[in-house]
Parts: sequence; structure tokens; C-alpha cells
Amino acid sequence: MSEKLSIIVFSGTVDKLYPVAILASGAAALGMDVEIFLTFWGLNAFRKDMVKGNMRISKDFEEMAPTVMQVFKEKNVPHWFDMLKQAKEMGNVKVYACAMTYDLFGMKKEDLVDIIDGVVGVGEFLEKAKESQITLFI
Amino acid sequence: MGEIKIDRVIDARGSHCPGPLMELIKAIKQAGVGEVIAVYSSDSGSKTDIPLWVKKAGHELIGVYEREGYTEFVVRKKR
Repeated sequence: MSEKLSIIVFSGTVDKLYPVAILASGAAALGMDVEIFLTFWGLNAFRKDMVKGNMRISKDFEEMAPTVMQVFKEKNVPHWFDMLKQAKEMGNVKVYACAMTYDLFGMKKEDLVDIIDGVVGVGEFLEKAKESQITLFI
Repeated sequence: MGEIKIDRVIDARGSHCPGPLMELIKAIKQAGVGEVIAVYSSDSGSKTDIPLWVKKAGHELIGVYEREGYTEFVVRKKR
């Protein structure tokens, strides 16, 4: 059985979506399977109308947002979403939408970016995640 | 560094973690067994990530060289 990293993504701020993309890329490069479960603000960040224009960073560091964005631009850091897409092309990375968030906010498949592999309930995700060596909540 | 012939050079300078590692992995996949690949990286994470991966994947780390503003990793594909 291959090694697996599972990430529950609750946050929708750019400073937390970057670690998700970087960890997924690293794991994919190392040949690990990756399962990502997007819930609440995490899923919101994967809406087509949110994904690229999102400039929010965590409230604690709010005043740093312009600096962070500036540094990323200057250092040519790719967009977190593009990194995640690349990770998907490179390895076995699955991205799931939380069914409850999806239903509660009346989302439709076409509202979300095209890298979502399905809408799953918490039970199904836990079934998949329980074989992981590493599980993170971000 | 003696008479080691480098078959392929990957210039990953300016790419951030885990970019240089990913580029090396991609290049190793395409290379034939015995080929020597050099990776240039300016990312600090590479200094530990690349040697760890090379060892884990069963390849040979011929050398790590500190250059002006970057590090050069020379790797031989072993399998």
C-alpha cells in the first residue's frame, strides 16, 4: 500500500492555501497519495469566482497582506491554485468537496473549479483518510 | 570533482520549495539508468529535501557544491 497524506482544508485565506498546495506538491513528488477534503471556507476558496481574486490572509496578520502579496509577486511564486493543479498532474492527488458545505451554500458543480474530484460526506472522507500516515487540518 | 560527465543540467534557480525537487524527480523519470543530472537550486529547502529524496529513491548523490548564490546537486540515476 502506498503512503498517503490527507488534508482537511477548512481555511480559505491565501496564507493557509499555500501550505496546502506546497504540501500536496511535495507529497505528490515523493510518490505519496494525497486526499484533500475541502470544507467551509476551504471549499469557498475553490469557487470559480473566488479562486484567483482571493487576497485574504489570516485575520491575525491582516495588515501584512499587501506585503505578502508583493513578496510573492516579486519572487515569482506561482499561484497556490496553479501549484495544486500541477501536483494533480504529477501524482495521485484527489480533491473532494464537503457535501454539507456544498448543500448548505447551494453550490453547483459549475460554481467550482474543475479540479474537484467529487462531493463526499465526512464518513466517506474518513474512510479514505484513515489509511493515511499523515493527516492535517488546515 | 574529477571526471564525472553531466548528461543533463536543470537550472531551477528562482524556483521555490518544492520546485527544484519536483524538477529533479521529473528529470530522473525521463533519464536512463546511469545518467548524471545536475540541479541548480537557490531554494534553502533543497539542501535537505534533495539528498533525502535521492537516498530514499535509491539513486546516488555524487556531490553537493556551494556555488555563488545557489547550490549544485549532482545525482546519478541508479535504477
